[in-house]
This record gives sequence, C-alpha cells and structure tokens, in this order.
Amino acid sequence: MIEAVGLTKRYGKTLAVDNLSFTVPTGRVTGFLGPNGAGKSTTMRMILGLDTPSGGSALIDGKRYRDLHQPLRTVGALLDAKWVHPNRSARAHLAWMAKSNRLPAKRVDEVLDIVGLSAVAGKRAGGFSLGMSQRLGIAAALLGDPQVLLFDEPVNGLDPEGILWIRKFMHRLADEGRTVFVSSHLLSEMALTAQELVVIGRGKLISQSSTEDFVSQATENTVRVRSPQLGALRTALGRTGVSIRDEGESLIVSGMDCADIGELAAQTGTVLHELSPQRGSLEEAFMQLTGDSVEYHTEIAEGQVPATLVPAGK
Amino acid sequence: MTALLATERIKLFTTRSPWWSMIMTLGITVGLAGMVALTHAGDRPLTVEHSQFGSQFGLMIITVMAALAVTTEYRFATIRTTFQAVPNRTSILLAKTAVVTGLAVVVGEITAFGSWAVAKLIDGGPELSIRDSGDLRMVAGVGLVYGVAAVMAVAVGILVRQSAGAISILLIWPLLAENLVGLIPRVGDDLRNWMPYVNAGRFLNGVDPEMPLSAWGALAYFAGVAAVLLGTALVVANRRDA
Amino acid sequence: MTLLAVERMKLFTTRSPWWCTVAALAVTIGFAALMAGTADAQAPLTVAATQFGYNFGLVVVMVMAGLAITTEYRFSTMRATFLAVPNRWSALLAKTAVVAVLAGIVGEIAAFGSWGIGKLIKPGVDLTLNTAYEWRAVAGVGLVYAVAAVVAVAVGVLVRHSAGAISLVLIYNLLVEGLIVLIPNVGPKIHKWLPFNMAHQFVTGNPDPTGRDVNFGPPLSDATLGPWAALAYFAGFAAVLLVIALAVANRRDA
Ligand SMILES: Nc1ncnc2c1ncn2[C@@H]1O[C@H](COP(=O)(O)OP(=O)(O)OP(=O)(O)O)[C@@H](O)[C@H]1O
Ligand SMILES: [Mg+2]
Repeated sequence: MIEAVGLTKRYGKTLAVDNLSFTVPTGRVTGFLGPNGAGKSTTMRMILGLDTPSGGSALIDGKRYRDLHQPLRTVGALLDAKWVHPNRSARAHLAWMAKSNRLPAKRVDEVLDIVGLSAVAGKRAGGFSLGMSQRLGIAAALLGDPQVLLFDEPVNGLDPEGILWIRKFMHRLADEGRTVFVSSHLLSEMALTAQELVVIGRGKLISQSSTEDFVSQATENTVRVRSPQLGALRTALGRTGVSIRDEGESLIVSGMDCADIGELAAQTGTVLHELSPQRGSLEEAFMQLTGDSVEYHTEIAEGQVPATLVPAGK
Repeated sequence: MTALLATERIKLFTTRSPWWSMIMTLGITVGLAGMVALTHAGDRPLTVEHSQFGSQFGLMIITVMAALAVTTEYRFATIRTTFQAVPNRTSILLAKTAVVTGLAVVVGEITAFGSWAVAKLIDGGPELSIRDSGDLRMVAGVGLVYGVAAVMAVAVGILVRQSAGAISILLIWPLLAENLVGLIPRVGDDLRNWMPYVNAGRFLNGVDPEMPLSAWGALAYFAGVAAVLLGTALVVANRRDA
Repeated sequence: MTLLAVERMKLFTTRSPWWCTVAALAVTIGFAALMAGTADAQAPLTVAATQFGYNFGLVVVMVMAGLAITTEYRFSTMRATFLAVPNRWSALLAKTAVVAVLAGIVGEIAAFGSWGIGKLIKPGVDLTLNTAYEWRAVAGVGLVYAVAAVVAVAVGVLVRHSAGAISLVLIYNLLVEGLIVLIPNVGPKIHKWLPFNMAHQFVTGNPDPTGRDVNFGPPLSDATLGPWAALAYFAGFAAVLLVIALAVANRRDA
C-alpha cells in the first residue's frame, strides 16, 4: 500500500504538488490521473525518494522509500524509459541494477524474457525504439519481484499492440496481488486499465474513488430526442423543468431518462423518431472536473471537446 | 558495500569511456616516453624524470574520464535509476568514487612503469635506473596522484553535474589557474605553494627546500583537498533532488 | 544576413554563452585588478602586465565556441538547422561568424577592461598605449579570441561531443604546446610553428625597446615570425581547420 499524507512540493515559485493525500490499495490497479503539469511525475519522484518533499510524506507499507533495505525487492518503478545509458546494453543495464540489490544474475534473463527482449539483450539501449525502451523499463521494475509497482505514463508513444500488452500486464500484476500505481493524462485509457482512480489537478487532489463511480458521477447522462414535432415536445419537456439543449435537428435532454421522456411523448401525442441515451464521454468528465486546474489551456471553442487533452506521444 | 562496488564496476565497464581513457593514457604517455628517449641527444643522460614526461597528459585524461563517469549519469538521468536502486546516496557515490579511483590508480601505475620501461629499453642509460626512494616515487607515485585526481574529478562532477562545466573547471584549474596564481606579486609564491595540483607535482618530482610540505605531506595535502571536496559533494548530493 | 540573425538568436537564447562571457570577463579583469593591486617596485604594473589573464579568457571563449556547436548536435537542433537551411556551408559559416564576432567582442572588453582597471587602481602608473606593441598587447586580444573561436567551432563540428571537443581544445592549448617544447632537440623547433604559440607571438611579439619594461608581462613567445605574420599564420590554421570541418559536415549524415 502507498500512502501520501499532505505531500507538498515547491520548486521556487511553482507549487507543483499541493497538500496531496491519497492511498493506493493493495491488489488493484490504481490510476493516477491529471492533465499535463498536474504534478503526477513529481509525486512519483517523491514516493521514490528522488525528490525531497517540501512538506508531508509518502510511505510505502508504512516506510519511507529511503529507509527501505534493498528497495527493488519491495518497489519496482518505471518513471522514464529514457533513464538508461545509451551505450550500455539492455542486459548490462539490468545487471548492475540486480547487483545493487543482491538479486541473482539469472533474474536478469528472466525479466528480459517476461518483457520479450531476450533477442536484443546484448544491443545498446540507445538504439532501442520507444516501445523497446518501455519494455526495458518494465523489466527493470520487475527485477526484484516487488509487491508495489509504479509506472509513469507507460503507454506514452506506444502503438495499439504495445498499449494492449501493457494494459493486460498491469491487470496480471494486480491479479497476482500486487499494488499497481499507474499515471496517465488520458482518462479513456485509465478507464480500461485502472480499477481505482486518484485524480489531481494543479497539484491538488480532485477525487479518489473507484473508476466506475468516478465515471458515473462525473459524466452527465443525457438523452437525444428527434421528432418531427420538436416544438411541441420542447414545450412539454420545458414544463417539467429539465434542461434542454438544441443540437441540429434534435434535442439533448438531461435530468430525465428515456422511459420518462417516452411516456411524456405518448401523453402529448408526439411522434418520436429517435430516443437514445447518451453517455457523456470520459474526456468530457475529465475536462469538467479538472477544467479549472488545467495548467496550459489551449484555445478551443466552447463545447468543442478535444478527443484527448494532449496529442499522444508528448 | 561489496555489492555496491560490484554495481559500480559493472556500470563503469559497460560503457566505453574507461576503455578509451585507458588506451589513450597508455598510448600517449608511453608514446611520449618513447619519443623523448629516441630524440634525446647524448649530451645529458636521460633520467627517470624524463621517462615520465607525459604523466600530466595522462592525468588530464584520467580526470576527464572520472568526471564523465559522474556527469554522464546526470546527463542520461541514470543517477535517478541509481538512487532508486540504492537510496543511500552516500554509500553508492562512495562506491563509485572507489571504483573510479581504483581504475585511475591502476592506469597510472601501468602507464608510469610502462613509460619508464620503454625509455629504459630504448635508451638504457644509467640515470634511468630506479635507485632511490625519490626515483621510485616519481614512477610509482603517478598512480597515487591519478587516484586522488580521480576523487577530485568525481567530486567536481557531482557538484557541477554537467560534463562541459566540470571538464572546463577540472582542466583550466590545474593547467592555468594554479600558474596564474603564482604570478601575483608578493603573495603569489606563497599561494602557489598551497595549490593542490602544485603539491601533487611536488610529490612526484621532489621537494624544493622552499616548500612548506615534505613529499608525502604534499600528497596528503592533495588528498585532503580532494577529501574535503568529496565530502561537500556528498552532502550536496544528499540534500538535492536527484 | 538572415542566417546571421538566426544564429545570433540561437546563441543568445541559451545559457552557456552568457556563463562563459561572464566567467571570461570576471576572471581576466579580476586578475588584472589583483595584479594591479599587488604591484610594487619588484613587479611593476605595465601595459603587458594588465593582460596576464588573457589566456584564461581565451580558453573560456574556446569552450563557449565549442559548446555553441556541440550542444546543437547533442540536442539534435543541428538537424533542425539543416532542415531550415539545407546549405550546410552557409549555415555553419553563419554560426562561425557569429561566434567569432562574439569572441572578438568579449576579447576586446576583457582586454580594455583589464587595462582600464589597472589604470583605475594605479592612477600613478603610466599605462598609455603609445607603441604598436602596446596596442597589440591590448587590442590584439580580441583578434586572437575571434580566431581561437573559429578553431574551437571547427573542432566542435569535427568531434560533435561537448566533452570530447572541450577536452581536446583545452588540453591542446594548455598542455600540448607546452609539452612539445620540452622534447629534446626537435621540440623547440616544432614549437616555433605551433598555432597558439603564434597567437601568443602576435600579442607579445616585437616588444619595442623604447622605454618600458617588458619583463613584467606574459612570457614572450619563441616564434620567429613577425607579429602580424604570426596572426596570419594562426588565422590560416583556423581557416584550414574550418574548411576541413565543413567538408566533413557536408558529407556525413546530420
Ligand atoms: N525539477 C523541477 N523544477 C522546477 N519545476 C518543476 C520541476 N519538476 C516539475 N516542475 C513543475 O511542476 C509541475 C508539475 O510537473 P510534473 O512533471 O509533475 O507534471 P505531470 O503531471 O507529470 O505532467 P505530464 O502529464 O506533462 O507528465 C509543472 O508545472 C512543472 O513545470
Ligand atoms: Mg509526467
């Protein structure tokens, strides 16, 4: 279990992480979600004892990272796949890490096998593609067979096959009873990967809940109605006090479900051409929640929601 | 600690820099010794000191190698991977210092005795025999000086974290700044006597009577400066974000 | 012209040129102040003595010039540069020109600053620039810096690695030429024709015997060419190196 209590980090004038408290439960994949610059990476560096918090603390199974003995046996992490010497081979990179925590040398070949890099183990890591680098990073995280795993944007820049592989991999790790904490700025991706969500914006906690709850709470459920007698229907709906919005030839109704709208239509003798529930998109939910906390706003016309907050591959 | 030493040994020898620095140091110092022996004319006999003609050259290459051993870790952020694997920063950085220093000592001894042997083989003059402790220090001492210089370079590397900056400081200081200090009227000579690399040179090439320190005292002083620098670097590395 | 503007922007929007400029000026001028402050009858202040620190500024400027090119390779901005300006000769020449001009300016400020601070600290000492020798000793520094910057740029293009280029430039300038002179017999003969010794000959050569002491200044060069011929030799060396570097850059992958 990872526990952050009042975690704060200040870089000069920037408050990167602001009094952040959350817990990452054992045996589940917990997503760590927030827009660019929200402080995800900073938080992860603090959990790993790389950056010293300006306030608060992060504990792993009750201990600070820097107090762990042979920490790779407890916590595995992939914060940045590029943290490898480009002239060192994949095997050499893992070999020194294994040695530092007195892990058996054969473990290196095991993890290379798990991530499917055995064939290129002797090649210099600087020549690896992004996907291969990512796999090497995961191999390094798995080296000590740790119970707790941290991944910072592990699918960034991966192709669909790679993304699928990582997603399955995380689930497998959680099914084995491990604690998996994985960050992303893409809610759609997290909705598929994570069971729990910790959402932050501008360094502050926005919510911690199960993914399901987060999505249903956050997304506004609406119904799309099409009818040749749109005017009459709007008047009837208007009387019930629900909110209505025009969208081309149809109405978008929120605050009333399909059954009620259908009955209302029958009572008023209105012909319906379409009556369909609309799930709000995950991105919309995410935007709504973190809307005020996005660090770098882009110029997007109102109502026009980008598919992702940031082009993937950043 | 043995695991940490092994860790740093793997790290050092799985990159190219120790290899090229060894080859370059060996090639250039031994080559220079050979050249001096060949071009030497008969009027004055070739001495042990002549055979160590290129040792300062080797010193600079070793310094660059040692600094790079640290600064490349910062450049490629493997220092973070390192501190993640070994959160006790003092012990892993000490292990790195030890490994780099060990390599520097070995390279220093090989090049010094290699240079001497080549000069002796080519010239064979009587002054080239190692006859007293001064002669021995001149040759065997090279490894020690390289070792201390490596500690100095690691410390500066940790403090500066940047190859260009660290190398500039580490080369300009001994090759230029310490000499400039000596030029200052009145106080220059006294200041120069306390410059670390000047003392390293005094240890190797014998002490003139004006010097405040004995040969071994000079080496101890050089080592002391390196130790203080390393201590400072460790404190800073512990405090700062990786 | 646009290329020059582009390269100027690129240079001044990174930090290392500023660092190097500040370091070069601070140490040369600071050292001149130290020399002036401590000067006495045994070690009088002369025009040449205000310029003791010039070699320091020289190597720092060379580091700056080398970095200007190697950082481009390191951050792959060289590729961006070659995309924007596919003619590599003009792109690299523009960069060389900008770096050399900056080096020259830093040299002049360092030299006149050192001389000026000497005058300021010891107003009683006559430091007026009377002879060609004295003018070269001060105003010549900028020219030497500019040419040295070209050498460093060429080395940077050839080596492409900050650490390698800086090590090469510094070790050569500060150590190799001085070691070569020590080689028995042939050493001094070779040394007379080494490029940085020539640069030094330009700054310190032909001390005129008209009056003031020349012993209290940077040690004199052993080169036998006249000062201006020595500078031409140094510049020629830089030009040849640069042409080689540009030819190599043109042939290899960016
Ligand atoms: N070492 C540092 N020095 C100064 N500021 C920093 C440093 N590291 C992070 N920051 C700032 O802290 C804030 C949070 O950055 P962080 O990298 O943690 O965000 P993130 O959530 O990981 O973003 P992304 O999705 O883009 O990776 C940003 O405003 C960033 O500029
Ligand atoms: Mg991040």
